[in-house]
Amino acid sequence: MLKVNVYVTLKKEILDAQGLVIKKAIKQIGYENVGEVRFGKFIQIEIDDNGKNEEEIKKEIDYLSDKLLANPNIENYKYEIVRN
Amino acid sequence: MPSRKKPYFGILVFPGTNCEMDCYHAVKNLLKVDCKYIWHKETKDDDINAIIIPGGFSYGDYLRSGAVAKFSPVMSFVRDFAQRGGLVIGICNGFQILLEENILPGAMLRNNTLKFICKYVSLKVEDINNPFTSGYKAGEIIKMPIRHNEGNYYIDSIGLARLKENNQILLRYGDADGNINSDNNPNGSIENIAGICNEKRNVFGLMPHPEACCEKILGSDDGLKIFRSMIGSIL
Repeated sequence: MLKVNVYVTLKKEILDAQGLVIKKAIKQIGYENVGEVRFGKFIQIEIDDNGKNEEEIKKEIDYLSDKLLANPNIENYKYEIVRN
Repeated sequence: MPSRKKPYFGILVFPGTNCEMDCYHAVKNLLKVDCKYIWHKETKDDDINAIIIPGGFSYGDYLRSGAVAKFSPVMSFVRDFAQRGGLVIGICNGFQILLEENILPGAMLRNNTLKFICKYVSLKVEDINNPFTSGYKAGEIIKMPIRHNEGNYYIDSIGLARLKENNQILLRYGDADGNINSDNNPNGSIENIAGICNEKRNVFGLMPHPEACCEKILGSDDGLKIFRSMIGSIL
């Protein structure tokens, strides 16, 4: 069994209203030195690798991310594979 | 699609859909047209010649609005129905599902206000050469309610140019005088877009709820003409 951590964020060119609000809140707390804040989603998936190699698993995660986890019109994704 | 010309509407119902009864009331009780619900597990229907994908929160809006509903069995029927030229209207969450399914171009972002908006807005009818808004006058200002959290329509510049070139923008947010600018844009939607159709003009997605404004007692009956236009194009 392995774990895949998938991170989904809005593309750079898209205004991230939630990120802006979080940035404002950070400043209100008193941290004036804050730069850009981007908001995103974190999805952790357990996968039974069934002896598949890294390339095969990556192919499956890419497929899942493009089809369901992220909307390619507005979002980017990246992921890391964690073996127990 | 049946060859007979009698209008028969199918209203899709997903877990979490909540506007299907309003759509049914508008079509069946007000316009006296045959109508039935279609559960999302269905894979075909030979009776209907128009589909309504109503508003609500299909699958709790989990992940992204409409992202899970697009995998429901009924959606392959919808895709096929649309490809064969059948009329499909997606209202609010229905619009979001059509975007997620790429039957319509673009995507929905959270409202730039980060608030759920529930109010009447003024809309400008930008195009009437389609089966959905043909009952209005070109440039007519109409009043409809919006109620959504993700209605901030986004499309890249190439896609936007294509929408304009093909007159696919059917409705824009504006004010009662028809001014369209950022002051009367409720959700940050690109170029105040409230509703678009596909290139073939048989699929329409809009964030406002026409089914919720079909009787004067509700504050406006401007929505009725959407369904009436659809019926007119089938007859």
